[in-house]
Amino acid sequence: MIGGLFIYNHKGEVLISRVYRDDIGRNAVDAFRVNVIHARQQVRSPVTNIARTSFFHVKRSNIWLAAVTKQNVNAAMVFEFLYKMCDVMTAYFGKISEENIKNNFVLIYELLDEILDFGYPQNSETGALKTFITQQGIKSQTKEEQSQITSQVTGQIGWRREGIKYRRNELFLDVLESVNLLMSPQGQVLSAHVSGRVVMKSYLSGMPECKFGMNDKIVIEKQGKGTADETGKSGKQSIAIDDCTFHQCVRLSKFDSERSISFIPPDGEFELMRYRTTKDIILPFRVIPLVREVGRTKLEVKVVIKSNFKPSLLAQKIEVRIPTPLNTSGVQVICMKGKAKYKASENAIVWKIKRMAGMKESQISAEIELLPTNDKKKWARPPISMNFEVPFAPSGLKVQSRVDVRGTHPMPWREEDEKGTGAADTVSSPSGWSESCTEKPGGDIGRCHLGRQDDRRGWPGGHEHT
Amino acid sequence: MTDSKYFTTTKKGEIFELKAELNSDKKEKKKEAVKKVIASMTVGKDVSALFPDVVNCMQTDNLELKKLVYLYLMNYAKSQPDMAIMAVNTFVKDCEDPNPLIRALAVRTMGCIRVDKITEYLCEPLRKCLKDEDPYVRKTAAVCVAKLHDINAQLVEDQGFLDTLKDLISDSNPMVVANAVAALSEIAESHPSSNLLDLNPQSINKLLTALNECTEWGQIFILDCLANYMPKDDREAQSICERVTPRLSHANSAVVLSAVKVLMKFMEMLSKDLDYYGTLLKKLAPPLVTLLSAEPELQYVALRNINLIVQKRPEILKHEMKVFFVKYNDPIYVKLEKLDIMIRLASQANIAQVLAELKEYATEVDVDFVRKAVRAIGRCAIKVEQSAERCVSTLLDLIQTKVNYVVQEAIVVIKDIFRKYPNKYESVIATLCENLDSLDEPEARAAMIWIVGEYAERIDNADELLESFLEGFHDESTQVQLQLLTAIVKLFLKKPTETQELVQQVLSLATQDSDNPDLRDRGYIYWRLLSTDPVAAKEVVLAEKPLISEETDLIEPTLLDELICYIGTLASVYHKPPSAFVEGSRGVLHKGLPPRTGSIEGPESPDTAPSGEPAADQPSVIPTQGDLLGDLLNLDLGPPVTGPPMATSTVPMGAVDLLGGGLDSLIGGSGSFTAAPSSTAPTNVGAPLGSGLGDLFDLTAGVGTLSGSYVAPKTVWLPAMKAKGLEISGTFSRQVGSISMDLVLTNKALQVMSDFAIQFNRNSFGLAPAAPLQVHAPLAPNQSVEISLPLNTVGSVMKMDPLNNLQVAVKNNIDVFYFSTLYPLHILFVEDGKMERQMFLATWKDIPNENETQFQIKDCSLNAGGDGHSSTALGSCASA
Repeated sequence: MIGGLFIYNHKGEVLISRVYRDDIGRNAVDAFRVNVIHARQQVRSPVTNIARTSFFHVKRSNIWLAAVTKQNVNAAMVFEFLYKMCDVMTAYFGKISEENIKNNFVLIYELLDEILDFGYPQNSETGALKTFITQQGIKSQTKEEQSQITSQVTGQIGWRREGIKYRRNELFLDVLESVNLLMSPQGQVLSAHVSGRVVMKSYLSGMPECKFGMNDKIVIEKQGKGTADETGKSGKQSIAIDDCTFHQCVRLSKFDSERSISFIPPDGEFELMRYRTTKDIILPFRVIPLVREVGRTKLEVKVVIKSNFKPSLLAQKIEVRIPTPLNTSGVQVICMKGKAKYKASENAIVWKIKRMAGMKESQISAEIELLPTNDKKKWARPPISMNFEVPFAPSGLKVQSRVDVRGTHPMPWREEDEKGTGAADTVSSPSGWSESCTEKPGGDIGRCHLGRQDDRRGWPGGHEHT
Repeated sequence: MTDSKYFTTTKKGEIFELKAELNSDKKEKKKEAVKKVIASMTVGKDVSALFPDVVNCMQTDNLELKKLVYLYLMNYAKSQPDMAIMAVNTFVKDCEDPNPLIRALAVRTMGCIRVDKITEYLCEPLRKCLKDEDPYVRKTAAVCVAKLHDINAQLVEDQGFLDTLKDLISDSNPMVVANAVAALSEIAESHPSSNLLDLNPQSINKLLTALNECTEWGQIFILDCLANYMPKDDREAQSICERVTPRLSHANSAVVLSAVKVLMKFMEMLSKDLDYYGTLLKKLAPPLVTLLSAEPELQYVALRNINLIVQKRPEILKHEMKVFFVKYNDPIYVKLEKLDIMIRLASQANIAQVLAELKEYATEVDVDFVRKAVRAIGRCAIKVEQSAERCVSTLLDLIQTKVNYVVQEAIVVIKDIFRKYPNKYESVIATLCENLDSLDEPEARAAMIWIVGEYAERIDNADELLESFLEGFHDESTQVQLQLLTAIVKLFLKKPTETQELVQQVLSLATQDSDNPDLRDRGYIYWRLLSTDPVAAKEVVLAEKPLISEETDLIEPTLLDELICYIGTLASVYHKPPSAFVEGSRGVLHKGLPPRTGSIEGPESPDTAPSGEPAADQPSVIPTQGDLLGDLLNLDLGPPVTGPPMATSTVPMGAVDLLGGGLDSLIGGSGSFTAAPSSTAPTNVGAPLGSGLGDLFDLTAGVGTLSGSYVAPKTVWLPAMKAKGLEISGTFSRQVGSISMDLVLTNKALQVMSDFAIQFNRNSFGLAPAAPLQVHAPLAPNQSVEISLPLNTVGSVMKMDPLNNLQVAVKNNIDVFYFSTLYPLHILFVEDGKMERQMFLATWKDIPNENETQFQIKDCSLNAGGDGHSSTALGSCASA
């Protein structure tokens, strides 16, 4: 298992060092610094073996987190743990930076003592940790409180504590989708897939039993006629989800047998699920780049974007980033719509359009002047990227959700409950979709990339339960 | 309040000041001081001098302060064992604290203090904590048993903690179960023989129930433990699989990979006809693809594992080619791994797409990536025949770019394409020759030289080209030198008239001016070949080469099976068995896939691999580009050489592989064997057998050798199946009055074998080893060693049935193995054949009458019998 955990700053100075196993010596700290942080070459692997000692590292801004071991550990687990460690630290003191780590080193040691025992990861849910690792000492706790803490930390629902109360029960749901598109030089789509995330912010009292539904093909088929009439409304009733993964609060065996997503959510923000689809993706925009090299010191770029959805719908906050070569000396931009600016610090032309209706097109042209350079290093030609919000999901996903606060009898799907015995809420089609699209200049091959932007719509006013 | 200030105190007299602060009456000041101490400890300063002062702060009800002191203790207790005892009392007291958090903290910390005296005091509190009412304490105590075991295994056994730990597997709290499983698995790993994790259907059921309830980490511990279980039949395997599959939807990639491991392993037991088998295969693909949307480091781990899975079960991901297309912002390590998998998945159906991608990659920025992409194009050509033409034209396009490393890489792969499709694409040679001057890497130069030599008859100025390389012969790397030597010899054999001078030049360069034994030896071989028998030389050097196989870089099947059992772990990331990177006894235990128990396959025949797959299905493994040397050697000397029969029976893995190994050991040249063409004892050539070199030596040496008596071809006496991977084949021979047993020991296991010894049982003629079995170096996996064991006939005698039966025991570091064999009687006969008349008669009389039988031989031709070559049995036969 994990033998030790070190945190370094960008210079390779140790900020935190915690050794869990006897086989890891102090020299391991230096070995990583010398061989990885100070290595001349760019890092070629996240796992490094130095003198029969394996180092796993992740980087957050300019901070290095390294886990060390001499055994055949579960490598996936070590990385998952390192990410979790970052999440926990972020939840406690915000951004992971040298300053924050130094300011909180006692807390970090305390956390490391708790979430990793002899190299075995233990409960690392912030919700639970925050009940007893507070930096305030725990003298004042009563015996009941103590046993409540321990039962929560070790319990089945380790991610949520008992007795949470809110005056207003609220639940926010964001669906964030990124479209990844690969296009041939002829404009033919080679491959496209959507990877989506459902992020939930729950502010609910007690131990709420939640159910989450989506217009997944298999579910719709299982439910049979019950929903047939209703799904007939939109053009695309159900979507085929290739695969999805869930937060640990979701009962997986139930999903496996019944395709129903039921869970007791952690308090606050968490990622409920991720999913992937490849079929019938609606691409909201087409980006057509044209690049012409005029001599060795000039580049002409023209980018056309076409919106590819119903004219009645509106896309908002469109932002197109066109990367420019590193030796750019000046840029002149002309665009018909929106505002465009060359940002030298980011090596890109940023073009912003507030809103754009469906089935429209707009274009930008730019003249890029280049400094003559004898630098042999090739320009990597990063893809053009695009961010926007549209009121539909490219994957076609729709969400239904319901919440039962413990003690109420379950209610059927999509039924508003007004008697106050339980709280049920349904929502279909949340409005906040965002996705992004990128394409390479030069037009030989286009590639769309993920990028994301939040937009949310909550539905406040879940009913209070007595 | 910020704590960062503690990092900045570096002034002199700091320790002294800290000491004063630690002993301060004010709580706050104490705490501040301890924080400073910890900060100094972190940055590597030695603050052990403060030990007593820090320990004094231990007795506090401030939990934060207590934790800090404990942290200090864990770091320095080992260096101050005597003073650490001071802390024991507090620990013992804390283990009784009403607050479960403090009880757990105490037992957790105590386990981390590796001081013998403290360990003794730990036992009682630990026993109590293992039965604590609070699950939080119990789960901490469970891990503490593993800690204690690491310090003093005997103590843990004596105190009966292992049984308590086993009981915790049935605990009501899932997290306690998970930690107990983790602790037991770890302890079991260092005791491979013990049956600690006594997994049976009941306990498996408990684990599967806990799996649904415990934390993500606990699920990993349990799944990893489940993977070690061997279900008793396919039905049990299926029911476990059914309960594990929901884990594939977990957000934690490690849970997913561990579940995949269990499924991949148990799938071996399911019959392929089963509907469930197909369902399972289908269920495995989506989660594996989803892993690729995780963070890059995890993607890397996933891709390394997918690489294994694709080799083991290509059907799972065969339709998922597109997801492995490289993204612009992938880190380089992800890009390289994706490329590898793309080639493994390349097939006729998707080759067009793959090629288009590869061509795109070849214009990227990262040099390593571009190189690999170019190489990948070559591999596609070899793998998918229909695409070869397109691949070659793509490679030619790339050569036109004149980007130096692209050109070199392309030439290396084109050489391979020539070997796969001879006489098809030679028209491109002209283009290749244009780039001769730009080649500066040994591998590319060697490849180009090979091409020139191989197609010398079609290249008009081949001699000029090769001559130009010859100028700087001594500055070239060995690889290029060897290749140049071979190429010029080829050229000479093809155009003998014009190139005599050239060949003499290269031969003298190689044999006289070089310090490199490989080069010299190869030079001498050619020289001797050419001078003794040019026709034979032609047959040897210009022999038709075997086509190279389709798949390259495949992992050897037994290793692959082992690695499948290690999915998700470091072993699967390194593609090496744990013994290759883990020290000590841990992880040395071999894991294997369970045998298939379906009804289709009959009882395992000894020939089939343990996985139950027919051996014929397994693609042969050819060495990677790095093994060019091995490759070349084979090319020149390999197949058509008909060496003495010994060679034929000793090439178990295909010549290429052995050659690679053989050459390595030649280069290693530790003097453990002599490859000298000694004419007196050809069978004593201790060279790694099967190597083409060895064969040749025998061939050349054979001329001058006394023919000796008949030597039967070697037969396998002890199959590897029966001897934990050790295969012994051999024969008996008699040479100039001495009997010897010629053995070939082949290591087919995955670990190194050493400490060989041999013993004979009493036998009819008192045959016994005259010298101990001498195996000089440990026998590495897949290596063989040939030994000639001198025998005498002075051992004790016992009549065997049949008379010439010999029972042999061979010992090595792994075990003792027994086998029996029949030796030919003629090895006991002396060469001179003559015996004094009186002696013969006396001997005859010594034989009791009952041993004498008489019968008539009818129709026997006279010249077969006793025309002067009378043989006499030596030794004990006569006196028996």
